Amino acid sequence: MIKRRRNILPGFGISTGFTLTYMSLVVLIPLSAVFLKTASVDWSHFWETITAPRLMASYKLTLTTSFVSALFNAGFGLLVAWVLARYSFPGKRIVDALVDLPFALPTAVAGIALTAIYSQNGWFGRYLEPLGIKVAFTPLGIVVALMFVGLPFVVRNVQPVLEDLDVEIEEAAQSLGATRWQTFRLVIVPTVMPALVTGFALAFARGLGEYGSVVFISGNLPNTQITSLLINTKLEQYDYIGATSIAVVMLIVSFMLLLGINLLQARTRRFQEAA
Amino acid sequence: MPFFTRQTIAFAFLALALTAGMLYGADIKLLNVSYDPTREFYVEINAAFAKAWKAKTGDNVTVSQSHDGSGKQARSVIDGLQADVVTLALAYDIDAIAQKANLLPANWQTRLANNSSPYTSTIVFLVRKGNPKKIKDWNDLVRPGISVITPNPKTSGGARWNYLAAWGYALQQNANNEAKALEFERQLFKNVPVLDTGARGSSITFVQRGIGDVLVAWENEAYLAVNTAGKDKVEIIVPTVSILAEPPVSVVDKVANKKGTAVVAKAYLDFLYTPEGQEIAAKHYFRPRLKAVADKYASQFAPVKMFTIDELFGGWAKAQKKHFDDGGTFDQIYK
Repeated sequence: MIKRRRNILPGFGISTGFTLTYMSLVVLIPLSAVFLKTASVDWSHFWETITAPRLMASYKLTLTTSFVSALFNAGFGLLVAWVLARYSFPGKRIVDALVDLPFALPTAVAGIALTAIYSQNGWFGRYLEPLGIKVAFTPLGIVVALMFVGLPFVVRNVQPVLEDLDVEIEEAAQSLGATRWQTFRLVIVPTVMPALVTGFALAFARGLGEYGSVVFISGNLPNTQITSLLINTKLEQYDYIGATSIAVVMLIVSFMLLLGINLLQARTRRFQEAA
Repeated sequence: MPFFTRQTIAFAFLALALTAGMLYGADIKLLNVSYDPTREFYVEINAAFAKAWKAKTGDNVTVSQSHDGSGKQARSVIDGLQADVVTLALAYDIDAIAQKANLLPANWQTRLANNSSPYTSTIVFLVRKGNPKKIKDWNDLVRPGISVITPNPKTSGGARWNYLAAWGYALQQNANNEAKALEFERQLFKNVPVLDTGARGSSITFVQRGIGDVLVAWENEAYLAVNTAGKDKVEIIVPTVSILAEPPVSVVDKVANKKGTAVVAKAYLDFLYTPEGQEIAAKHYFRPRLKAVADKYASQFAPVKMFTIDELFGGWAKAQKKHFDDGGTFDQIYK
């Protein structure tokens, strides 16, 4: 029989109890209300609601735009984090603060501002339009909005890791004969990878649920309707059940994605430690 | 016995409170839950009503306002927002409050004059100055190459009025042929590059961003847009026929009874029908019901043949189900 091991740190019981209560009040109970509300509907009706062609199109759109924007953010966010961690230059603090702005800004403001810039008469839009690139009121616009919203997730996850990474390690790699590319690929990337993946996952998940900024730039045409908008149109019909049914799908998808990425990370970490 | 017993003090306070009450009147608080474009209008109504009520009863009334999309506001009331009165964009939303939360009787719309709509509006066009695309009537909106701005009827009450106005026009042009009306809407929405979620959003798209040749909008929104953008930028075009938009008002009985504000809430809505209330409505570009006031502001409201939602669509419940619920005509035109 395994004897229950006591933790060295005191206060395990009370802090865990508090954590669970807090999580229940803030997260679990509101979310379970969504499930309970949906539970009153029969299965075939539920299935019919969540697999309607318009909804399928919206899942596809929401997933792809979130994925693409998170991918962009992973690349460029890494670059931003690298610059902020490694170089010092005048105005660095301001740039550093700017990164957090998408967190603080009401997303509707972001949506309105981006639409103003990218619509056909906007600052960028008027030059992109003649090239045949339409941003506002297309899926591309959604990607742009989600890139804006998701950027800080990647930067803020990767930056501290890069700051902790001693320059000496890179110097050691170089002195052992590694090329710059090898140093980057074999030393830096594996170190920041877990943080980068977390940042990517958070940006991705954020994109799935984003509403405020997207509805302004997407145009809400049949080919640019995100899932959150369809939840809203259900509510406008006072179809609470329909709305919560879609919400349940989004909840499960987001949870599975986050769980999957966490598991993947745990595995790579074990793999790395074993190696 | 001490000079000030507890009773004496209590009595003194009571007397003081009563005198003060007689001098200053009771303080009554009302909450009017309304929709977006009525904000400025109700600010003025509230001040005027407070003055009138004070003169009549000596009581002080403070009316707070809440504004958002009409459907969202109705859902807030259903979910427990303590509204004494609702003044929304369409009867369907107040019907929902009656059905889902049972806060007022189902026949609420028959309780006040004119379908409980003290002021009306209609759907008009806003075009660029000088009307470069020569847009005169609904059939100009389906011409190829015309870019039309209207919000999404699935999310915006105002957009539903727009959609039904176009539908009504198409029915009249095509001897009530519904298939033709559906085709007309299909052509119209082919010309729509963006479906904002609300009427204000569409105004911004058209006026601030300069997108589109024509904005389909409430008359009062169109006037506001002209005032903000300037007469040298945009102008209003009134089509030959349009829909009579009747934004209804009602007391929320259960809430008002609980708060004890039923009488003053009713008086507040009645005030909207008085010459003073009607005058304020006209000043904010809502069409007044009272003939005297309507005549006075005749130059502001171009004559237009109007059909009502009851005549052509058999009321909101039917119109909503047929056109805007999932699988309705609006979904069909995008198939």
